[in-house]
Amino acid sequence: MTMPTEIPAGDPASPSADDSRLWLERLGASGPRRDAAIVELHALLLKAARFEIDRRRASLPHLRGDDWEDLAHESAADALSALLAKLGDFRGEARFTTWAYKFALLEASVKTRRRGWQGREIPIADDAWARLADTSVTAGAHVEDTELMEALRQEMTGTLTKRQREVLVAVTLNDVPIDVLAERLETTRGALYKTLHDARRKLRIALAERGFRIDGTREEAS
Amino acid sequence: MSDSEQGETRERETVLTRLLGPSGDVLGCEECFIELDRYVELDVASLDPDRHVPGMRAHLEGCPACAEDFQSLKALLESEPRRP
Repeated sequence: MTMPTEIPAGDPASPSADDSRLWLERLGASGPRRDAAIVELHALLLKAARFEIDRRRASLPHLRGDDWEDLAHESAADALSALLAKLGDFRGEARFTTWAYKFALLEASVKTRRRGWQGREIPIADDAWARLADTSVTAGAHVEDTELMEALRQEMTGTLTKRQREVLVAVTLNDVPIDVLAERLETTRGALYKTLHDARRKLRIALAERGFRIDGTREEAS
Repeated sequence: MSDSEQGETRERETVLTRLLGPSGDVLGCEECFIELDRYVELDVASLDPDRHVPGMRAHLEGCPACAEDFQSLKALLESEPRRP
């Protein structure tokens, strides 16, 4: 583990820089001084994890109080491990505590989302797309909208790979959290976002080549 | 246009926005996580975070999970007493 010895950015004279420097000094020490810093840091991460989990309680009404507390402690412990492994990456561009919070919030949000989808089938089939494509031909639709939606439908099936289409539909139309989908597909959130990004880029290019602007109208021929 | 027609139009616009995402999304989730603490502090302090972290806004608009992480960190900072 690389232990930074100084704050490389930000205002070195600011109170927050002093606080951050103190955190790094204590975590870089040995013996009781470091142990005390770890205990304090864990308490900070647990506070953040509880905050995140409280925000998400409504999404998991079947969990009991103990379950929530277990989830918070698991999140704080995993966040502490992740943070200590990344301590050398702290750049001092934000407070150390803000930097630390994001590890706990990420762990808590991922764990809560995964718990919410535990035992549920992931809808990766493109049923949602088929339903929405139907709405483009209802009586109220403008001609331009109908043409755009039809072009989009064709490009989704003709331009995208099956994997790109499944990821795009699952995340954007079926509201499957990207980290839940990543776990089921045995990949990472970053890799899956790249798949999503590439799919969107291909669709945008294909629609532009057909003369569509993304606001739903066709470009006037020049 | 009737209410139901307006509703359908809004739904189509939402579908398009979600499917096609924002233009100019150049960050990935890893880069977003790296920049998140700085971006949120700038946002909470109204210090033009998008000028300091270009591309972050577009990524947050295109990635629901990262957008949730942004909202959570922002809410947590705003729940604390203001510090110098």
